[in-house]
Amino acid sequence: MRTSSPKPNSAPRQRATGRRSPLATVALIAIGLVATGGAYALASTTATATNPAIVHQASADEGKKLFAANCANCHGLDAAGTDEGPSLHGVGAASADFQLGTGRMPLAMQGPQGEKKTPQFTAEQIADLVAYVASLAPGPALPEDRYLQADGSASKGAELYRINCAMCHNVAGAGGALTQGKFAPALAGVEARHIYEAMVTGPQNMPVFSDLNITPQQKADIITYLKFIENNPSVGGADLGSLGPVSEGLFIWIFGLGAIVAMTVWIAARPN
Amino acid sequence: MAKHDGETSAAAGSAIEKKLAREVSAGTAVISSNALENPGLPPHQPRVTDLDPKKEKAAQRRVIWLFTLSIIGSVFAIYAYIAFPIEPGNLTSTRVNNLLVGLGIATALLPIGIGAIYWAKNLMKNDELVEERHGTRGTEETRAAAAEVFRVGNEESGFGRRTLLRNTLIGAVVAAPLPGIVMLRDLAPSADPVEAFSRTMWKAGTRLARDGSGTAIKASDVTLGSVFHVVPYDLPEAEHKLEEKAKAAVLLMRLKPEDFVHNITPGREDWHYHGIVAYSKICTHVGCPVALYEQHTHHLLCPCHQSQFDITREAAVIFGPAKRPLPQLPITVDAEGYLIAQSDFHEPVGPSFWERS
Amino acid sequence: MTAAGTTTAATTATPTSTDAPPTAGSRFTGAVANYIDERTSISGLVKELGRKIFPDHWSFMLGEVAIYSFIAILLSGTFLTLFFDPSMVEVHYEGSYDPLKGIEMSAAYASALDITFDIRGGLLMRQVHHWAALLFVASIGLHMLRVFFTGAFRKPRELNWVIGFVLFVLAMAEGFTGYSLPDDLLSGNGLRIIDGMVKGIPVIGTWTSWLLFGGEFPGTVIVGRLYVLHIMLLPAILIAALGVHLLLMVINKHTQFAGPGRTNSNVVGVPVMPVFAAKAGGFFFIVFGTIVLIASTVTINPIWNYGPYDPSPVSAGTQPDWYIGFADGALRLVPPGWEFVLFDHTWTISVLAPMAVLGGFLVLVMFYPFIEAWITGDKREHHIADRPRNAPTRTAIGAAGVTFYAVLWAAASSDIIATHFKLTIEGVTYALQALLIFGTLAAYLITKRVCLALQAKDREIVLHGVESGRIVRMPGGEYIEVHEKLDEYDRWRLVDFEDYKPLMIRPNAKGKITVGQRVRAVFSRWFFEDRISPVTKGELESGEHH
Repeated sequence: MRTSSPKPNSAPRQRATGRRSPLATVALIAIGLVATGGAYALASTTATATNPAIVHQASADEGKKLFAANCANCHGLDAAGTDEGPSLHGVGAASADFQLGTGRMPLAMQGPQGEKKTPQFTAEQIADLVAYVASLAPGPALPEDRYLQADGSASKGAELYRINCAMCHNVAGAGGALTQGKFAPALAGVEARHIYEAMVTGPQNMPVFSDLNITPQQKADIITYLKFIENNPSVGGADLGSLGPVSEGLFIWIFGLGAIVAMTVWIAARPN
Repeated sequence: MAKHDGETSAAAGSAIEKKLAREVSAGTAVISSNALENPGLPPHQPRVTDLDPKKEKAAQRRVIWLFTLSIIGSVFAIYAYIAFPIEPGNLTSTRVNNLLVGLGIATALLPIGIGAIYWAKNLMKNDELVEERHGTRGTEETRAAAAEVFRVGNEESGFGRRTLLRNTLIGAVVAAPLPGIVMLRDLAPSADPVEAFSRTMWKAGTRLARDGSGTAIKASDVTLGSVFHVVPYDLPEAEHKLEEKAKAAVLLMRLKPEDFVHNITPGREDWHYHGIVAYSKICTHVGCPVALYEQHTHHLLCPCHQSQFDITREAAVIFGPAKRPLPQLPITVDAEGYLIAQSDFHEPVGPSFWERS
Repeated sequence: MTAAGTTTAATTATPTSTDAPPTAGSRFTGAVANYIDERTSISGLVKELGRKIFPDHWSFMLGEVAIYSFIAILLSGTFLTLFFDPSMVEVHYEGSYDPLKGIEMSAAYASALDITFDIRGGLLMRQVHHWAALLFVASIGLHMLRVFFTGAFRKPRELNWVIGFVLFVLAMAEGFTGYSLPDDLLSGNGLRIIDGMVKGIPVIGTWTSWLLFGGEFPGTVIVGRLYVLHIMLLPAILIAALGVHLLLMVINKHTQFAGPGRTNSNVVGVPVMPVFAAKAGGFFFIVFGTIVLIASTVTINPIWNYGPYDPSPVSAGTQPDWYIGFADGALRLVPPGWEFVLFDHTWTISVLAPMAVLGGFLVLVMFYPFIEAWITGDKREHHIADRPRNAPTRTAIGAAGVTFYAVLWAAASSDIIATHFKLTIEGVTYALQALLIFGTLAAYLITKRVCLALQAKDREIVLHGVESGRIVRMPGGEYIEVHEKLDEYDRWRLVDFEDYKPLMIRPNAKGKITVGQRVRAVFSRWFFEDRISPVTKGELESGEHH
C-alpha cells in the first residue's frame, strides 16, 4: 500500500520527493474540487460579463426597475442618496455586486453594520442591478477572472495580508471587533470575487485598497492565501475557531481540567 | 469560652528550655466542654470483589486487557511514525502523522493509568488505616540539643565574641556579589536610551513607502477612504531594520480636508497634504501597532487594549487606556509627486517613559 | 477526644514469613535490594515512608495534576530543545509551509516551523508542551483554591503555602518566557507590551527595557536570553522549590476532612504501598495520556498563521496565554487619561496602577495565612480541612478574590466577548469596570450569606434530622413530616469544626490597650461577628426531648 516511504534515517532537511502516496489522491481530489469550484465561479461570472454592450443595456433597464422597487426607499429614486442611505453614483459595479452578492443589501435592519446573509436576489437580478448602478457613473468595475483563481503566490499574499488585513480580520481570517459594535467579519467561505470587490470598494467602514495601493496581482495573492488556509485545515487538529489563546484557555479549563477532575472523582470514589 | 487571648501566651513557644507541658494558645477559638464526641471509624464494608471470587477474576481480566491495550498503543505509535511519514509540502501528511502518533501514545498511556487505578480500587486491600500524627515541632530534648549545637558553635568559633572579625566577614560577603551585578551593565550597549527612544529614521525628504513591497507612494495614489501602511523608503538600508521599523511605522490616510481642518492646532496646518495625513502606528499606551482604521468614523483602534484615536481631531484618545494622541508625521510631496516627510516626528513615538516630558 | 477506633498499627510493616522456597525472581529482587541498601541505607526510608498513610479525596489530587503535567512539560520540552534554535539571525524560510516560503524570519521562528511541519512528532511534542503548560498553571490555580477554601494553609503549613505561591509565580514566568520563544507575530507583540509596561516604570523603566532587550526593542538578543531563563534558570528554581514543597508535605502529613475516626492528631487513609502508589502512579499516566490525546486532536498556538515577528503588523484578537490574561485585562480596564507629567518626568499611571493592583493582590494571596493567623491568634496545629461553609468570612474573601481575578481575566478577551455576543467593545469594557468593583463586593456578601445559611441548615439537620418525605397524620388530626435522625457517623461530619468568636479588647500587662490590639479587634469582629457554632451535646439532648 505504502511504497514510497522515505528512508527512515534521512536527515530532516532532506526531503523525500515522492508524490505517489495515497494522500496524493486526497490532494488531487481536493485540487479537483477547487478547480471545479473555480470553473463554476468562472462560468457564473462570465455569464454576467459576456457581451457587455448588449446585455449591459438590457439588464440595466431591468435593474432600474428592481432598484426602484427595492432600493430607492433609502438610496433615492435616482440613487443619489437620502438620509437613510448613501448615494450610489460612482460606487461602481464592484460595490453593488459585493453588497448584493453577499446579501448585505438590502439591510435586514438598521444596526452598527450590515451583515452577511443569504442574498435576496437571484444571480440574474443582481447582474441587472449591478449593471444599473455601474451605468450611473464610473466606478470600480467587476474584478477580472484571472485574479480570482487563487493561483498566485501564497507567501506574498500572506505577507500582504498580515500587513494590511490581519489587524481587523485576524491572521487566520477569523474576524475581529471594531468600535461601537462594528466588526470585521470572518473570511472563511467568502467567494474570491467578493474578497476582491471588498478590497477595491471598502464596504462600510473597511478602508479602500485601490489598485494604486495593492495591485490586482497582489490582491490575487491575498486571495490565494485566504483560499489556502480555507482549504488546508490546521495541521494540529481542531482549530477552536482560530481565536488564539482565549479559546485555548477556555478549552484547557473546561475540557482538559474538567476531564481530569472527573477522573480524580472516579479515583477517590469507593468501589461497590 | 475562650480562655486565652493570643497575647497572653504568645511567649509560650519561645522558651525552649521550658520542660513543662507547653500550653499553645487557641486564640479566639471557642473550646466547648460540651462538644459532641468522635464516634470512631465506622465498620469496614466489603466490596463485591471481596465477596465474589468471580467478580474478582473479572476485574483482574479487565486490568489485563487494559495493560495489553497499552502495549498495542505503543506499537501502533511506532508503526504510525514510520508508516505515515511527513511528505514535504503535504500538510495533510503532517496532520495525519500528528494525529496517529498522538493517538498511539495516548492509547499507550491512558490504559496504564486506568488499569492501575482499577487494580488499586478493586483488587488491593482497601481498609482505611490510621496513622498517628506528632506535633511538627521537635521534642523539647531535640530542641535543647539543637540550641546547644549553636551555643557550642558560637563559643568554639567566637562568632559572637569577636565582633570586628564577624562584621568584616559580613561586609566581605555582602560586597562579594557586587561585581557580578555590575557586570550585567553590558547587557545593553553604552548608548543613551533616551536619545534612541526619542528619534526615528524619518527626516526631511524621506519618501513614504508601502510596508511590504517598499515602493514609494505618490500623493495621487492615496484615494479618499484608503489607508496605507507605511515605512521609510530607506528602511531596507537601515542597520537595525526591525528596531527602526518598530519606531518609524506610520499609517497614511486620506480624509476630506473639511472633516478635520477646523481641529488643527496652530502650527500644524501644513502637516497634511490635501487631506492626506500620516500618524505614528505605535500606540502611546504600551506600543502595539494601532492599525484598525474605520474609513467613515475616522477612528483608529488598537487591537491589544482597545484604545481609540480620532483622526479628525489629531488622533486624540477617545476611549481606552492610552493618554496621549498618536504623534503626527508632517508630510508634503517632492518634485516628482511622491509623498515625503518634512521632518522627524516632533515628539517621541510609542509608550511613555520616565525621561519623556 | 483521643484517636478513636484505631484498628491497625499502620506504620509497622508486617514481616512476611513464608515457608515456601523463594523463587528465582524473588531471590533476584532480594539480592538487588540488599545491594542497594548496603550502599544507601534505603531500607530506613522505605520503612519510614512505605506505609505512610494518605487520605483519599478527589480534591487532594489537584496538586498531583500539576506535578504530572510538569513532568510532561519536561519530557516534551527536552525533545523540543533538540531541534529548536534560539537565535534571532535572519534566515529565509525554505521549509514545507507554502505561505511562508521565502519569507525573511528569525532562525528561532524557522526552527519552530521545522519542528511543526518537517519533524515527525515535532508538532505533537510542541502541542503536548504547550497544552501541558496551560494545564500546569490551571491545576496549580485549582490546587491553590482547594487549599485556600479548606483552610489547609493554617499552621503548620503557612510556609508551604508561600512556597506553593512561589511555584505559581514561577510557573507563570515559565509560561511567559516559553510563549515568547517562537518569535512569531503573537509572541512579538506580547513582548512589545511587556516592553511598553517596563518603560512606564518610574526612574528605572527606560534603563530596564534597554538592558532587557540589549538596546532598542526588539533587538537581536531577547529570544536567546529568554531561552536561558526558560530552559535553565527558571526550571532549576522551580524543581528545587517543588522538592521543598513535597518534602514539607511529607513532614506535615496531608490534611483530611472531618469524619468519624478522623481527628486532629491522626491520618486516616490508604498506605503508600501499595494503594496510594498505584493510584498516584496510575493517575500520572492518565494526566499524561489526556494531554497527549488533546495534543493529537486539538491545535494550540498555530504559529504558522501568525508569521514572523515584524513590528508593524498585528492580529485582531492578540491575547496572552490564559494565566497572563488577568494582567492584560487590568491594562485594558484602565480609564483614559491616567498619565501626567510632573517635575519634568512622565508618570504612566495607566501602567503603574494595574501593576500596583495586581502586585497588591498577589501579595495578599501570599500573606493571607499569616493575616488570618494573626486575627484568630490560634497557635495550634490544624490538620482537619475546613468545609468552606464553616469559615464563612474566609470563603467569602476567597469568592471575592476569585471574582476579582475572573473579571480581569475576562477583560483580556473583551474584544472576543464583544464579537461573539454581539456587544460593543465599549459596553463590555464599562460593564467589566463596574463588575470589577461591584461584582467583587457582591460575591463577598452573597457568599458569606450562603455560607451562614448552609451552616444553619447543617445545624437544623443535626438537631432535627433529615426530611424523610413521609407525611404522618397524628391522632389529633395534625399532619407532620417525619424527620429521620442522622446516625452518629454522619452527624460527626457536620459538627466537627472550629468555632471562633470576636476578640475582646483587653489591656496588656502595662494596663494599656495598644493600637495593634484595636486593629486586630476590628478584623476579628469582621471575621467572626456572624457565626454559627457547632451543635453541642446539650443542644442535641434537649432537641431530642421535644
